[in-house]
Amino acid sequence: MTINTLAKGGWYREQMTCFRKMEKVIVAMQDPDMGMKMRNQRLLITVIPHAMTGRDVIDWLIQKYNICEEEALHVGGMLVRYGYIYPLKEPRSLVLRADETPYRFQTPYFWTSTRWPASELDYAIYLAKKNIRKQGELMEYEKERYSLLHKRINHTWDFVVMQAREQLRASKQRRKADRIVLECQEQAYWLINRPPPGAHNVLDMGLEKPNNFSLRVTLNSDYYKREIESCRRALGRNRVKSSICLEGFVKFSEQYQNHDPIMQGCLPSNPWISDDTAHWTMNSEIVPVPTRLRVERWSFSFMELLNDPIGRREFMTYLEKEFSAENLCFWQACEDIRHGESSKIIQKVEDVYKNFLAPGAARWVNIDSKTMDKTLEGIKHPHRFVMDDAQLHIYFLMKKDSYPRYLKSDLYKNMLAKAIVPQETKKSVFPFMRRQRHSSPSPAQAVTQVTEEDGRAMGAGKAGTNSAAGSHV
Amino acid sequence: MCQHVESTEINCLLCKNVRLLICLCSPFRCRSLPAQRKIYMRSPPIPEMATQEVQLNETLAHLKTESETLKSKLEEERAKLHDVELHQVAEKVEGLGQFVMKTRRTLKGHGNKVLCMDWCKDKRRIVSSSQDGKVIVWDAFTTNKEHAVTMPCTWVMACAYAPSGCAVACGGLDNKCSVYPLSLDKNENLAAKKKSVAMHTNYLSACSFTNSDMQILTSSGDGTCALWDVESGQLLQSFHGHAADVLCLDLAPSETGNTFVSGGCDKKANVWDMRSGQCIQSFETHESDINSVRYYPSGDAFASGSDDATCRLYDLRADREVAIYSKESIIFGVSSVDFSLSGRLLFGGYNDYTINVWDVLKGTRVSILFGHENRVSTLRVSPDGTAFCTGSWDHTLRIWA
Repeated sequence: MTINTLAKGGWYREQMTCFRKMEKVIVAMQDPDMGMKMRNQRLLITVIPHAMTGRDVIDWLIQKYNICEEEALHVGGMLVRYGYIYPLKEPRSLVLRADETPYRFQTPYFWTSTRWPASELDYAIYLAKKNIRKQGELMEYEKERYSLLHKRINHTWDFVVMQAREQLRASKQRRKADRIVLECQEQAYWLINRPPPGAHNVLDMGLEKPNNFSLRVTLNSDYYKREIESCRRALGRNRVKSSICLEGFVKFSEQYQNHDPIMQGCLPSNPWISDDTAHWTMNSEIVPVPTRLRVERWSFSFMELLNDPIGRREFMTYLEKEFSAENLCFWQACEDIRHGESSKIIQKVEDVYKNFLAPGAARWVNIDSKTMDKTLEGIKHPHRFVMDDAQLHIYFLMKKDSYPRYLKSDLYKNMLAKAIVPQETKKSVFPFMRRQRHSSPSPAQAVTQVTEEDGRAMGAGKAGTNSAAGSHV
Repeated sequence: MCQHVESTEINCLLCKNVRLLICLCSPFRCRSLPAQRKIYMRSPPIPEMATQEVQLNETLAHLKTESETLKSKLEEERAKLHDVELHQVAEKVEGLGQFVMKTRRTLKGHGNKVLCMDWCKDKRRIVSSSQDGKVIVWDAFTTNKEHAVTMPCTWVMACAYAPSGCAVACGGLDNKCSVYPLSLDKNENLAAKKKSVAMHTNYLSACSFTNSDMQILTSSGDGTCALWDVESGQLLQSFHGHAADVLCLDLAPSETGNTFVSGGCDKKANVWDMRSGQCIQSFETHESDINSVRYYPSGDAFASGSDDATCRLYDLRADREVAIYSKESIIFGVSSVDFSLSGRLLFGGYNDYTINVWDVLKGTRVSILFGHENRVSTLRVSPDGTAFCTGSWDHTLRIWA
């Protein structure tokens, strides 16, 4: 046996946590004071004590957790699916019904968590019991599994049959009501731990995360030394008061609320709801006239302006007027180095040096001497991040100086004035007049047309638009 | 001793050739760790080695204690500047009204559990991957399948769309991350142009392109994250610090674009500097595996979702956890989280097949969405915030708006 078959790693931990929580709910349900009221239920001619109806379960959950009916039905439904509550009338239907259907609590002996995973031996004994008790009682899939098990654990088969006979003998000595209850409970346990083919397997845990905490990374002295080092660094860092940070979230959410389609809807309509792609067409990467909301967003932060291709273009136009366009060009070139192909780095760094940093360069950028020296030194051994300090310097220069002035400029104000505010589309009056869902050209297609068009780096590899084909508005 | 004792020889990952006596009732634990030495060895240890071992044990225990002391000191320092709770600050904010979101599209076509999905920048295309090795590119708006690739491995747990929209990356049990350029020629076999980029020593749990098609960030079951150059397949930087599988990662939307956060089975969420490979901040408040991490839109905070059935919000400037999103009636773990565009709403996909919508500021649950018939494994909000997509073990993907 290898470690992986024995190691109860990820999913064991995960599942046991859920089991424990569900068990707490179950225990609370059976609390003598705050739990549910139970009553006797008639099952054919026998009376089963301590049973409850589906309705009882749901009402109790609604009251205890202050949730709605739908959610209570869902939570109760999970309890049934995991076998903590089983239905008396239709045992194979593991569903919680919000009516008078009777249910019962599963005994802790048969909780999935008690013996998990369920063993093959126990399953063989169960099937053997069923087979002996009443010939032909096994279902098709059970017969198949029975014979498979017979082959697999053949060496212990005598033990299996012996155990099955013993248990049947012991159960005959019980009262009929108890016997029926025990049979029901056992059946419920196996319906969950060995579900019929096609049925939902609630215990399907998916991929075992084969790692178990300390196995993968040795908790040796190196590990602890690293932990200590990072703790020391963390202790030394500057922190900001909560009141200031949290205020920031409130402000951010307020500022962006109108721009959040899920919160406020979007104009003219949300394409997913109305099947109309006008919203996307109007907000494509490049449009003749951008929307109002979009232009407004440029004023939220410098990053918003730069991230929008139209915004960036407008800003470039403004900088050209101010004769400081080389700053933005330099920044773009640096971005290209940082995110571009490794093989082109050396060439690109050389180009940047020639165009922007060399004394007497055509578009010389104004960097402080300390950063300039450091950058020039780094250029001797060019790497991806060699321009970082210079790029950051120019970025903050633009952000603190040019950007605020741009927002106050006529260029921006005009943009805002002529921006489109789309009309909200009224919902279709006739539901059967479904709008056509038009497909759009894939970005992969668009790029073969655009490619070398835009020499100025607009961020590496940005594709074209999807405005062309879909215009049916 | 219980009846389930089985004496067997096992190859321990740490020290080979050790016979271990195991009781099957309790979780398996390799007993060769120095701190828990209870090994049954074939031959007694050599005397000199024994004294060395004892010294090593003492140093290790000493280091462990020092580490733990520093950690509690750190928590104390963090708590000092915590002068107000988020929901208190949010008291003045208007509450959210009735919330109605429905499934607007259902994407059927995967033959097995959907494990991961990602949006294309064009706001309507998505890529999804599943347990049977299939990776499908859809136009979610029309629900048409545009491309399909069959990976050579099962359990494709990670997939990502390239920023240009011209390629997808995916990986899983093959321990690799491969990039497939999306060809428009329907006859062309996409698998032929496949490019193997990342190589880990265990399963790939998540991958993401950085700002361009040229670099990919990956996280793996081997406990590390790594940054790769797509063109050459070269490893640019590796990130060590997690003590167990790393399950998720997210890139920061910051101005300087240099950090990312990762979450793992060691219950830790680490923030890394992509340039230096160093872990700059670490948070350890979850009680179980962290399945998903996602930055708040401003980049000043991130949310995490865990098997402990809670989502938490961590502020990077305050350097602490600032909110917990949980409810007593929510029992099952969170598999994935994402924010709405304004950051006001946090969507969580849960293992009990539901989606819970949280008011980030007030800390309350706004809505619970039903629809999937098995656990929700992945959830992402679209790039323009008009909808979000969920993928589930019920083989379908749903678009909600």
